[in-house]
Amino acid sequence: MLSSAQAPRLLRSPAAATTTAAALTIKCLHTSPILTPAATSPSPSQILTTRKSLLSRQTSAVDLAKSFLQRLRRHEPQLSSFLYVSPDDVVLKQAEELDTKIKNNEEVGPLAGVLVGVKDNICTYDMPSTAGSRILENYRPPFDATAVRKLRDSGAIVVGKTNLDEFGMGSTTEGSAYQVTANPWDLSRVPGGSSGGSAAAVSARQCMVALGSDTGGSVRQPASFCGVVGLKPTYGRVSRYGLVAYASSLDVIGCFGSSVADAGILLHSISGFDNFDATSSKQEVPDYASQFVALEYLESKPLKGLRVGVIHETLENGVDSEVISSVRGAVSHLEELGCTVSEVSLPSFSLGLPAYYILASSESSSNLSRYDGVRFGNQVFGEELNSLYGDSRAEGLGSEVKMRILMGTYALSAGYYDAYYKRAQQVRTIIRNSFKDALEKNDILISPAAPSVAYKIGEKKNDPLAMYAGDIMTVNVNLAGLPALVLPCGFDGGSAGLPVGFQMIGAAFDEEKLLKIGHIFEQTLPGYSFVPPLVADEWTG
Amino acid sequence: MQEKQQTQLKASPKSESAKFEEVLKNYEAVIGIETHVQLATLTKAFCSCPYNYGAQPNTSICPVCMGLPGALPVLNSKVIECAVKVGLALNCKLSLSSKFDRKQYFYPDLPKGYQISQFDIPIAAGGYIDVDLPVEFGGGHRKFGVTRVDLNRAGVPLLEIVSEPDMRTGIEAAEYAAELQRLVRYLGVSNGNMQEGSLRCDVNISVRPHGQPEFGTKVEIKNLNSFSSMSRAIDYEILRQAQLHSEGEAHQIVQETRLWEEGAQKTVTMRKKEGLADYRYFPEPDLPGVNLSEDYISTIHDSLPELPETKRRRYENLGLNMQDVLFLANDINVAAFFDATIATGADVKLAANWIMGDIAAYLKNEKLSINDIKLTPEELGELIASIKGGTISGKIGKEIADPSEIEKIVDRVIANNPKQLEQYRGGKTRLQGYFAGQVMKESKGKANPALLNKILLEKLNSKP
Ligand SMILES: [Zn+2]
Repeated sequence: MLSSAQAPRLLRSPAAATTTAAALTIKCLHTSPILTPAATSPSPSQILTTRKSLLSRQTSAVDLAKSFLQRLRRHEPQLSSFLYVSPDDVVLKQAEELDTKIKNNEEVGPLAGVLVGVKDNICTYDMPSTAGSRILENYRPPFDATAVRKLRDSGAIVVGKTNLDEFGMGSTTEGSAYQVTANPWDLSRVPGGSSGGSAAAVSARQCMVALGSDTGGSVRQPASFCGVVGLKPTYGRVSRYGLVAYASSLDVIGCFGSSVADAGILLHSISGFDNFDATSSKQEVPDYASQFVALEYLESKPLKGLRVGVIHETLENGVDSEVISSVRGAVSHLEELGCTVSEVSLPSFSLGLPAYYILASSESSSNLSRYDGVRFGNQVFGEELNSLYGDSRAEGLGSEVKMRILMGTYALSAGYYDAYYKRAQQVRTIIRNSFKDALEKNDILISPAAPSVAYKIGEKKNDPLAMYAGDIMTVNVNLAGLPALVLPCGFDGGSAGLPVGFQMIGAAFDEEKLLKIGHIFEQTLPGYSFVPPLVADEWTG
Repeated sequence: MQEKQQTQLKASPKSESAKFEEVLKNYEAVIGIETHVQLATLTKAFCSCPYNYGAQPNTSICPVCMGLPGALPVLNSKVIECAVKVGLALNCKLSLSSKFDRKQYFYPDLPKGYQISQFDIPIAAGGYIDVDLPVEFGGGHRKFGVTRVDLNRAGVPLLEIVSEPDMRTGIEAAEYAAELQRLVRYLGVSNGNMQEGSLRCDVNISVRPHGQPEFGTKVEIKNLNSFSSMSRAIDYEILRQAQLHSEGEAHQIVQETRLWEEGAQKTVTMRKKEGLADYRYFPEPDLPGVNLSEDYISTIHDSLPELPETKRRRYENLGLNMQDVLFLANDINVAAFFDATIATGADVKLAANWIMGDIAAYLKNEKLSINDIKLTPEELGELIASIKGGTISGKIGKEIADPSEIEKIVDRVIANNPKQLEQYRGGKTRLQGYFAGQVMKESKGKANPALLNKILLEKLNSKP
């Protein structure tokens, strides 16, 4: 079922440089059979390859783990993707157990031997979970997040906890209280955020897949910046139990992979209703991987009849021209695959940004009240209770977090509630309805994942408004609670440039469609390698 | 176990009440009550930690009640069921979709920095409660408005019931609260125990000259742990405020919370109200809205027991006087015993007399509840029938308190019922009631019940 779906494909191609004017190039390529697999390509799914080689005894879980740990440690000094790396012996012990099971022909889970990075705002009982904040320094939760528990139950091995902007508040991962993560494609640039550590780790092949969280784009924008696949599920698809709350009505745990297949298989393993999260959905979880069609079985127009709406407002001023051309190239490719493309207008699109920042800040001001210095992390000793609270928070929380708490407290205060919080909720309803209409007329909607490629570390650090503006492509999707898949589709400035990702937005709980389209797209997109040069030589897939 | 709380009030001393009458000629009190009812659920409201009902729930044992990062509240559906029952019983309109809100403030025993409550959309609103005032206070029927019923407070499953400012005297307020207690006990949603704090009433009270349309300054009274202290505290407060009014010192009545001091029999200032606290309420994003279907509501509606008010009207129609009505309907188990007795065809007045007289006295002496006694309503019915039919002469004769005499009857009854004896010894211990009835019948209702049961038990359980 899983193993037959994959056809080999090589993503590393010297032809990449010639494909910047994507639309044109793909039109040209149409004459050549775009659906023919390149003979030398490895399988794009690390999860399926792992399973196949473990079960056929071609490799052992221990060897696999060793090679990943080696690469992880080799690049970690440059990248700083991880806040915590599991000791080798802990990882290898789990791998050994799997090897023993395989040797004895015992059943192993679908993610057996898969090495996973977990964003540090997702609770793990055996590792610290700091959410990138000093106030949770050394905090070890007594429980695994439901998503982590499910991963482990499927045989996955957690290799470590990845860096993030404090409590997920930020778009560069510079907001971590501990370290700045570098983009594997250009070490002087940010990996995006807030799940920058997870994106960088998957991009640099420090782990196979990773969990992130997405409140306003925190999975999708770093996926775009780091040239990996990022999947933001429908709100409620994945339990939030164990996800350190930032903005509860928007937060969702998401998936990173180096292929659509990996993101989909990962999503399948963590999805489903959870008794511990009243907002998790009882909707059935489809086996996404069973929808994947191998390249050799694809018809010539595999996406025939699929209606694709390109969101007009996302390809306007303020978006880098190379981003626009890469996304238009991706759209043309979808057209080649049989999709019917039209432009749709979402006039409420620009309202999303202020509405998002008001709602997210309001909820965060409440969610973060619990960090009072009494129960977790660093306590500053105070003469009396209020100064204990105040001093602990002053020292334990970073400036971006404090700013959002202040903004949120303000927006919820008597006298301002109607003008801010309530108004933002009304905007949210408008946005939700406009997406609903657009998704009745279209199967999926398309936009860039971010208005630019990865920018320099420090570039927007002192300009929060510029940083917030970068979230324009993604925040609307959280407000509407919809699923979205970001996958790399091109480069800015040729093959040596930085990856560009585009975003496909689907109807609620229609991840299946996004993954199916993404999987075909990825297999048939010619000429790109999304392995960063940093690790290209040592990475054989 | 349920505390044997006296819901009936003792009249205040004459002088006090005369003073009170005098005051009420010129002034009117306006009283509203906020009641918090702890629900008898097995687990806490938002996690599956066992909830030690009645005990102080200060032990936080799971990630949810500790407010750990990443933990989420999940509503115990039993809480909704209780709220719907109470809402229906209070004749409220139920909100088909209500929601939870966060009420935010820092407090040491509030781990998350906020409480989960219902703010602007309560689960039920706009109801009323019927009250029959005790005869010794002049009796009379009252209908008091209920503004809202909402789900309130984290952790402890709590229901808040807010009345309209419809009460005018301490007695009315205390009877309102007593009726709420009766109601939650009838519904089985709480033990309604005031001393344990399962039922807590905070009273808002203001006084104004008759004819003045606007309310006077409102004072809140807390620490009321019985209905009689409630009644006395309110009357004290009415007098205090009326006095200030009559002395031209009404400005000395300030918005504040006062405590009732049982020892000194007066209210004292606890804290003055400072500016309104801003709790920055907003909808709780971790919990979905509370959506009630018409089906769900009607299922619960159909499962409601006969409520105190209906019961009282029915008893009244049976020809009982109000004193009897109030006594019998006060406790759902007593009422059930009475209903079962008259269902056997027993004379209504005689059944009431038996229950309110001999049986009540026996229960009081033995510190038992009516569910603990062996006499069944069927047996009581039979007994009443035989008295009425003349088998047992009119006025019941002297009680048989001689153990040897009772023993003889017991022996005879056991000998005459070998089959039942065998069944009893085979495990059907419920048959004890049958034997007791037989003995009672043989003794023409004169056997001392305690003695009877003691001897009967010994005989039944002795090795053959
Ligand atoms: Zn608990």
